[in-house]
Amino acid sequence: MNEIQMLYFALIAMFLPLVGFVITLFTGKKLKYAYIFETTIITITFILSVILLLNKVTTFIDYRFGYALDVALVWAGNWITLPNPITGNPTIIELGIKFDNLAAIMLFVVSTVSMLVHYFSIAYMHNDPRFNRFFAYLGLFTFSMFGIVLTHNLLMMYMFWELVGLSSYLLIGFWFEKKSASDASKKAFIVNRVGDLGMFAGVMIIFLTYGTFTFDKVFAAINSGVLPFNSDFWLTVTGLLLFAGAIGKSAQFPLHVWLPDAMEGPTPVSALIHAATMVAAGVYLIARIFPMLTADALLAIAIIGALSSIIPATIAITQNDIKKVLAYSTISQLGYMVLALGVGAFNYAFFHLVTHAFFKAGLFLGSGSVIHGMHHEQDIREMGGLRKKMPITYYTFLFFTLAISGVPLTSGFLSKDGVLAGTLAFGMLTGHYLFTVIGFFVAFLTATYMFRLVILTFHGKPRNLHKYDHAHESPYLMTIPLIVLALLTTFIFYTANPIAGHSGWFLKDWVNTPQTVAPESSRFDFMISEAKTYDQQIEAGKHHVIHSEEYTHTMHTAEAISMVLSLAIGGIGILLAFSIFQWKKISLDPLPKWMVPIHRFSYNKWYFDELYDVIAVQPTLLLARFLAWFDRTIVDGVVNGVATITRAFSMVIGWIDTNIVDGLVNFSAKLADWFGYLFRKTQTGSVQTYIVYAIVSLIIAFVLLVTI
Amino acid sequence: MEVQSSIGLSHFLFISVTLFSLGLFAVVTRKNAVMILMGVELILNASMINFVAFSRFGNLGVNGHIMTLFVIVVAAAEAAIALAIVLNIYKNFTTVNVDEINSLKD
Repeated sequence: MNEIQMLYFALIAMFLPLVGFVITLFTGKKLKYAYIFETTIITITFILSVILLLNKVTTFIDYRFGYALDVALVWAGNWITLPNPITGNPTIIELGIKFDNLAAIMLFVVSTVSMLVHYFSIAYMHNDPRFNRFFAYLGLFTFSMFGIVLTHNLLMMYMFWELVGLSSYLLIGFWFEKKSASDASKKAFIVNRVGDLGMFAGVMIIFLTYGTFTFDKVFAAINSGVLPFNSDFWLTVTGLLLFAGAIGKSAQFPLHVWLPDAMEGPTPVSALIHAATMVAAGVYLIARIFPMLTADALLAIAIIGALSSIIPATIAITQNDIKKVLAYSTISQLGYMVLALGVGAFNYAFFHLVTHAFFKAGLFLGSGSVIHGMHHEQDIREMGGLRKKMPITYYTFLFFTLAISGVPLTSGFLSKDGVLAGTLAFGMLTGHYLFTVIGFFVAFLTATYMFRLVILTFHGKPRNLHKYDHAHESPYLMTIPLIVLALLTTFIFYTANPIAGHSGWFLKDWVNTPQTVAPESSRFDFMISEAKTYDQQIEAGKHHVIHSEEYTHTMHTAEAISMVLSLAIGGIGILLAFSIFQWKKISLDPLPKWMVPIHRFSYNKWYFDELYDVIAVQPTLLLARFLAWFDRTIVDGVVNGVATITRAFSMVIGWIDTNIVDGLVNFSAKLADWFGYLFRKTQTGSVQTYIVYAIVSLIIAFVLLVTI
Repeated sequence: MEVQSSIGLSHFLFISVTLFSLGLFAVVTRKNAVMILMGVELILNASMINFVAFSRFGNLGVNGHIMTLFVIVVAAAEAAIALAIVLNIYKNFTTVNVDEINSLKD
């Protein structure tokens, strides 16, 4: 395929789910089988995305310098031209798509997970009264996510950003009859707004400074020395404001509270939106704006990522709801990706995004299969021993758990190892070893809580015999997606060598780390490279530098160390989980005294919801009540006052009308009446009177005649 | 002759005025319709005296006399018609008291 065909195919792949959404939504009520149409559309999209990905990574690669260099395909058109009478140069707002390797891979990930979730949902959601609408929403979400993936500018990014937020809202609240579900959807939407506010401010600063939303043009302008308000500081602020959007969407600390509640949505939705794709959009956004992030911004991002990885990991270890554990695990893993971006391990962050999308979608679909088999029981205390009842679900779930715990031969091992190596390299270069410690500690916690989940769900004796007797393996429509995702979780799709991810095609050829364009004064010391511009660096053959050659060398050293360390730590975590929950060597029943407050703190999710209730929700409600009072008393008071004054006026005018105007009219009538009364006296009807009048008149006439 | 000539036009006119005034008084004050008619006769007579007096003292020949004769005839006719009216009034109102006949004001 040539470039134009590629772009057309990408556009078709992007808009097909929209077609599916519209048609399924409007025919869904009448046609029982509308969902088959939607599923077919997604399947076609999936096939397109495979073709596009294979073409992109084989054909559109620049080998001139002896290594694979990503060639971005851009299709853009002017959307709005705003004339600028002062400078004479009109401001042009572009719409367009940028199809580089990042987009191609994300397109493949989103369409794959979306397609599998569609198939899974056919079985999982059957008998739901709004069955077809569910599929329509999935189509809308897929379209919006493709928009985020393919866009080449911040404006479209922001639009589709809000669209995925909308479809997330619709799908979390899909069972809106449940109060908890509608509350969760509102919470997700409102918490996301907080982050999006920052993102909007960032987008506006960019537009104000550069007059364009297009990523490449903005980066080129920064590279040539144009900065927002002419200061490095404001470049940092802009980067962090854009990152605020990612904090909201990727459920990073301190806006992570919506994601666990979002588990009120149907489980396939949790797998697609709240584990694999939408929450990764924040990471994707940081990857897109990566070149413009300064050292300070990266450090802040790393801190947020580290906090977001450790806090939910400590919470997940005590939760009893199978989906809640996975939700906190998702936040923790997203924190890993953000941490990796913050410490500069760009390609490992993206790698972890992709591998995590597959194995976490698998974990969620596996939990969906368990919930389905257990007739909508989500509490792991009611489970146990399901291994024999649900073998396919068990083995795939176990495989995904091995991947997230970082056991070799899985994709998770490769990507997680890279993330940890990135933090270690960063620590070696800058002395910030705390990131490394947190990274490894989270790896330990992850192995522990994930195996606790597996053991409590599938191993041991059934704790609820009644439910256990009725449990059954899920139909093939649900187990086959699990098997496909398990296959995608093996190392073979990313590299031929299961212990060296960096030498595989995914990291070596497919994902290039973009060169930073931030001014040298605001880079980390090790990031200041000899070649100044992007083109020069390509010329110099340094595309493989992650930030700089120094960083790359340190990464090579760190990778070996971190691999050994992470294997050891993961192994300890798994062993700990087994010895507590499987073999009962360490008894935690009852809890040792010193652990009780820690357990309670973790079990109550660090009291984040209560904290936000006190510092955000209650003041907001108070403000709302005050405003309502203000409305009712002051605003309504003014309106009512005006009404009262008007009434008083009209009463005065009414009085004037009835008394003065009517009085005048009545007075003239009275006057006429009075005169009539007066003159009626003269009309006696007696002829003699008339004669007298005639004679008197005659005499008067005579007198007048004589005297005049 | 002196004595003869002492009775002049003014004497006649004085009689005539007196008679007219009496007639008018009768017309205005009498309650009985018949009495009013009598008053009208007095007024006619006063006018006739005037005609005759002006005829005698005004060099007018016999025109005054002829006019007087006409008046007498007309007065006779008038009396006949007026009495007929009074009869009709009596028929309608069962009275000839003009004070009670005030339906003109309605």
